[in-house]
Order: sequence, then C-alpha cells, then structure tokens
Amino acid sequence: MNSLDSYLFISSMLFCLGLFGVITRRNAIAVLMGVELILNAANINFVAFSKFNGMNLDGHIFALLVIVLAAAEAAVALAIIINIYNNMNTVNIDDVSELKR
Amino acid sequence: MIENPMILFPLLILFLPLLSFIIVIFFGNKLPRQGDWVAVGSIVTTFLLACYLFLQMFLNYDPDFSHGASFSWINLGEFKINLGILVDNLTIVMLLIVTLVSSCTHIFSLAYMKGDIRYNRYFAYLGLFTFSMNGIVLADNLISMYMSWELVGVSSYLLIGHWFEKDSAANASKKAFLTNRVGDIGFFIGIMLLYSAVGAFAFNPIFESIAGGQAIAGTTLTIAGLGIFMGAVGKSSQFPLHIWLPDAMEGPTPVSALMHAATMVAAGVYMCVRLFPIFTPSALIVIAYIGAITAILAALIAVSQNDIKKVLAYSTVSQLGFMILAVGTGVYTAAFFHLLTHAMFKANLFYCSGSVIHSMHHALHKAHDHDTDPQDMRNMGGFKDKMPITYFSMLVSTLAIAGVPLFSGFLSKDAILAGTLSFAQHHPEHFLLPFFGFLAAALTAFYMFRLIFMTFHGNPNIKSIVKNIHESPKEMTSPIVLLGSLSFFIFYTLPHNFNPMKDKGWFTDLIVPRNSAVPGSLTSNEIAEYAHHAHYLAMGLSLIVASIGILLAYLMYQKKVISAKNISEKFGFFYDWSLNKFYFDENYNRYLYQPFLRLAHTISWLDWEFYDKYFINGFGKLTKLLSTVSGKFDYSGIDQGFVDGFGRASNTVGKLLRNVQTGRLQNYLLFVVAGILVIIIAQAF
Repeated sequence: MNSLDSYLFISSMLFCLGLFGVITRRNAIAVLMGVELILNAANINFVAFSKFNGMNLDGHIFALLVIVLAAAEAAVALAIIINIYNNMNTVNIDDVSELKR
Repeated sequence: MIENPMILFPLLILFLPLLSFIIVIFFGNKLPRQGDWVAVGSIVTTFLLACYLFLQMFLNYDPDFSHGASFSWINLGEFKINLGILVDNLTIVMLLIVTLVSSCTHIFSLAYMKGDIRYNRYFAYLGLFTFSMNGIVLADNLISMYMSWELVGVSSYLLIGHWFEKDSAANASKKAFLTNRVGDIGFFIGIMLLYSAVGAFAFNPIFESIAGGQAIAGTTLTIAGLGIFMGAVGKSSQFPLHIWLPDAMEGPTPVSALMHAATMVAAGVYMCVRLFPIFTPSALIVIAYIGAITAILAALIAVSQNDIKKVLAYSTVSQLGFMILAVGTGVYTAAFFHLLTHAMFKANLFYCSGSVIHSMHHALHKAHDHDTDPQDMRNMGGFKDKMPITYFSMLVSTLAIAGVPLFSGFLSKDAILAGTLSFAQHHPEHFLLPFFGFLAAALTAFYMFRLIFMTFHGNPNIKSIVKNIHESPKEMTSPIVLLGSLSFFIFYTLPHNFNPMKDKGWFTDLIVPRNSAVPGSLTSNEIAEYAHHAHYLAMGLSLIVASIGILLAYLMYQKKVISAKNISEKFGFFYDWSLNKFYFDENYNRYLYQPFLRLAHTISWLDWEFYDKYFINGFGKLTKLLSTVSGKFDYSGIDQGFVDGFGRASNTVGKLLRNVQTGRLQNYLLFVVAGILVIIIAQAF
C-alpha cells in the first residue's frame, strides 16, 4: 500500500464523509466536525502529493498551515456556537433562522 | 458725413419732426409743458431750414436746379430698391408750404389745444404728420413715396380721431382711413404695373423708359396712370372718394387747417404734379373730368351748408378739384401754383374759423349755453367789430379764394381756367370742362362771401353771445396775420414785375413744366402757347363770374334783397340735394356698405352654422371616436396585456424561483455539490 492511489482513496473517503456530515447533521458541532474531516482530507492530499511527486517539503508546510487554520477556525466557530447556545438554548442549525424572518 | 447743404438740410427737415414725435410721444409727460416746446422748436427749425433752401433756390434762379441722393435699401440680386431724396424747385416750394403751415399749426395749437387731455400726444402726432408729408415731398421713388403716403394716412387717422371719446370723431377717423385705403389699392396696383414693365421704382428711370416707348405704352400705361391717380383721388378727396374730407372736420380745427392746406390733401395733387410725365392723354381726360366733377359738385354742396367748417371743407374739395382739373388739362404747374396759393389762404381760413369757433366756445361757456352749436353760422353774425384781426385776415383770404385781382388766388385760378379753356378750344367735345370750371369759380365766390356775411356782418342773431365774443390770443392771431398777408399777389409775382393781372413771376420762372414722357403728347411749350392765347378771355370770364358770385351773396345775405329762403323753397329739390351732400353717404351706405355687410353676415352665417357646425365639429367628433378606440386599444391591449403582462410574468417566475432560496446553508451546499458533480460528469464524457 505504498502507492499514491491508496492515499488519495483514503483522502476522498474522508472528504465524502465530511461532506456528508456537513450536509446531513442538524447539530452545529457535528457540522463543525464534518468541516474538520474535509480539512484533514485536504491535508492528506497535500502530504501524499508531496511525498510521491517530489515536491520536497512544500506540501508538509501547507498541511501544517491548514492545521493551524483549522485550529483557529474551530476556536472561532465554537465561540459562535456557545454564544448561540447561550442566547437560544439550542445548537440545532435549523432553528437558527433569525435572519430569514 | 453729408457736406452738401442741399442734401443735408432736406434730410434734417425730413427727420426733425420724426425726432420730435419720438421725444414727445415717449417723454412728453415728463417734460415741462408736456414737451410742446420740443415739437414747436423742431418744426420752426425745419421752417427756417426750408427758408434757407428757398433763398438758395431764389438766388440760383435756375429752373433745372436739382439735387439727389440715394442709398441701396434692398438688394436681392435682380430685385433692387434704392431709397433716396430728390431736391428740385418743386420740392423746395412744397417743403416751404408744408413747414410754414405746419409751424403755424403748431403755434396756433399752443392756444387752441391748451388744457387738452392728450396735449402731448397731439403735438407728437403733428410731428408724425409733418414727417410723413415731408417724406412724400422728398421721395425720389415710388416705394418711399408709398410708405410716406401710408404714414400720412395713419397720422391723419390719429389726428382726426384725437377726441375719440366722441363717436363721430372715431367714426370720421375710421372713414378717412378706410376711404383712403380704397385709393391706395389703386396706387399700389399702378406702382406694381410700372415696376413690372420698367423694373425700377425711381422716378427718372421710369420717365426715361416711358419716353423710350418700348417698356410700357398704350392701354397698360393708361391703366397704370389711372391706378396711381386713384391714390390721389383718395388722398386729395376727389369724387367719388371725397366723402371722408368733410367728416374729417371732427378733428381739432388746427389739424383741419394743416390737412386741408399743406399736408394730406395736397399730397395727391403734389404726386400728380410730380408724376405728370407718366399720364397718357386718355388718362389725363379721365383726370380732368374727375377734377371738374369734384369742383362743381363740392361747390354745389358748399352753397347750402350752415356749419362754418363744413363750408370750408367743401370749398377745399372744390379747390382740389380745380387743381386736378389743371393736371388733367396739362397745365400742371398751374395746379401746383394753385396748391401753393390755396395752402396759404385755406390754412388762414381754417385758422380764422378756428378763432371764431374758439371765441364762440368761450362766449357760450360764459352764457351757460350748452345747446347752441358754436360752428353753426346761423348763430353768428356781427362779429366784425369784436374780432377785427380775424375779420380782416379772413376777408383777405376770402378775396383770394374768390379770385379777385390783387390777391393770390386770382393768379393761380386764372392760370387753371386759362388752361382749361384752351384745352376745350382745341378739343371742342370737352366743352363741359371749362363750363364746370367757371361755374365752380362763380359758386366759390358766392359761398365764401355768404360765409363772410353770415359770420361777420349783419345783426347778431343771438345777442347774448355777441357781447362775450372777443379777439383770440396772440398765439392764434399771429399765424392768422402772417398767412393772411401771404394772400396778396405780391409774394408770387416777385421779382420780375408787379403786374397783378399777370401770373408771371418767380414761380413761373422757376417751376417750368416738363414735357410729358408719353410719346405723342403735346409738349409743354405747345400747352403753354395755347394757354397763353386763352389767357385774356379766361381772365375776363373769371372776373365776371367772381363778381357775379360776390354780388349775389351781397344781395342775398347782406342786403337781403333776394330772399335765400324763397329760392331754397322754389328749388326745393336741388336745395335738398345740396344740403344733404347729394346723398352720397346715404347712397354709399345703401348700395355699397349694406350689401357688403349683408354679404359679410351671410358668410359669417355659413362659417358658423355650416362650416363650423358640420365640418369643424364633424372633424372633432370623428377625432373623438378614433381616439376612444385608440385609447381602448392602448389601455387594454398594450398597457394591460403587454406592459402589465411582463410584470406579471416576472412576478410568477420570481415566486417560483423564490422556493429555491430556502435560507438553509446545507441546502445550498447540497446544490453546490450536485452542481460540481454535474460538471465533473459532463467533463468525463
């Protein structure tokens, strides 16, 4: 299992799972987890291409940057979710439709 | 600038009165004394300039003296109009007459019009009148003559209607203007006939071209001449357009003097004299008969009138008939001579009558009598001692108009009658012309002395008035004295001889007749020769008829040997005709004005009842119907179906598409994924 295809397969599986989570979940935290999965799928792609196509350490550096970005994003998103919960007593995103009214 | 005083001074004479008109009409109310000093000052200046010109003419003593200047007014390739002035002896004498009488009128009006409600306007219009008359006198072409001609008509309209609050004055001014228009149409036709044949408006090219005989001759020229003469018929109040002049007495008396002596009616005669070379022999016959009929007709009317101004008005018409008769018989310088002498004594007669009326007004006012007519001679009588200056001046002028030797009228009337007589001697079929002429001369002497006897002699008819009659103020008597003294023969026979029986003098030396331009006409020398042969016979006859007229008037109105009443009853029919002016106004009214009015009414009925109702209103209805249909189509078809339909369609589509916008992020994401999948699948194939 040292070929590029296996890595890409894993990465696409992860992406699809993440996408599925983002689309189907009603819980905001679960949606956030789906987003993390998508980011990680991208990370795997970066690293895999870096290793097999001789891109030196560029892919790794990008993966690290993405991890940092994901951490920041998670922090901001969680802060928003906590605020929503404090105000509305729910984290169900279907109920959060104040702007539509 | 213009250096030659013979051009500059006439221009000044022409335009100073216009300047005074503009100043007085616009600023008269703001000037002290309502600006009458502007008008009087300018007119007296023009008189002095005219005197200078006259003196120059006298010193030169050259019959062919002539100056001219012109400028191009309209220049449209082939069509050119040059306006200009022509100054010769004829012009200078006429300018002197106009400015002299106009000056006297201005000065006389200072007293006569004192306290009038439109004092400044009156003086402004006098300026306009003088300006237009000078324009006619100085014109060297038909166009500027015609323009001034119309201006004279307008200003006479304004002045006759000066007291337009009175209906009679307003009507008289309208009548004068419209009657003149009838003549002016003929004048215009004549001008256009000449222009279309000759291609020029200026006098000299026209004369030359007629003399050439190629451009225009025969019947066309006769018609053109008669057309132009029609203008003179209107302006100089000849039969059958003489009806306006007596009515024009409604204007202030000084205006009557100005109009009758120098400006308006003289314009027609002056024009005939100026354009004499264009008249063909057949045109001249018509002119002579018109003049003779006018002379006799007006004299017959004048003998029975009781209004002092009406008598003078008809005497003017009659004297103008004499002048036109002279033009027609070819002795046109005699016509101009009579115009000159007539201007002096007729203006004076009008001033004197104005003076009489003025004091009658005052006397009636003092006696609180508002019913007596101040112009009716039957209310006068015995004014001789009360108004000596007016009496003597009027007597002198009356002697002049009656044709008594030693007075100016004798010379000019004699010249006319001699010309007429010689014409009849050579054309025996026209024996009526001298007959009418001498009869009119006798009647003139009769009715003028009737006026003198009724006004100044005899016993006062109304005693309460006479004690308040007094001489008029100096502004009024000075023109009377001046013009009265100009009725003596001496002023017209200087400097060559002092023979009162002969009309030889500066006038005949300086104003020499020109040959007619029409080929085949008698030359001026031949006409003068013939007239000379008839001279003594004419003189004798005219002396006899004048003395008969005066004697008859003396017997009837002074001695009362012959009762005027008996005669008038005996000839009741003729008396009635004369008193009612031969029913001209009534007949014109019945046979001309009323049919015209009926025609106008019929046309107006057609217009209102037929044309407007069916045609115009029908169009209206049709348009309304069409617009209703079009409106329906517009509203339900275009607006509701098309314009609103687009709106509704967008609305429906928008409502449908609105369902896609759920506001749920996850839905959108799903669409995005589906979209990407579709793109990827499409790429794959």
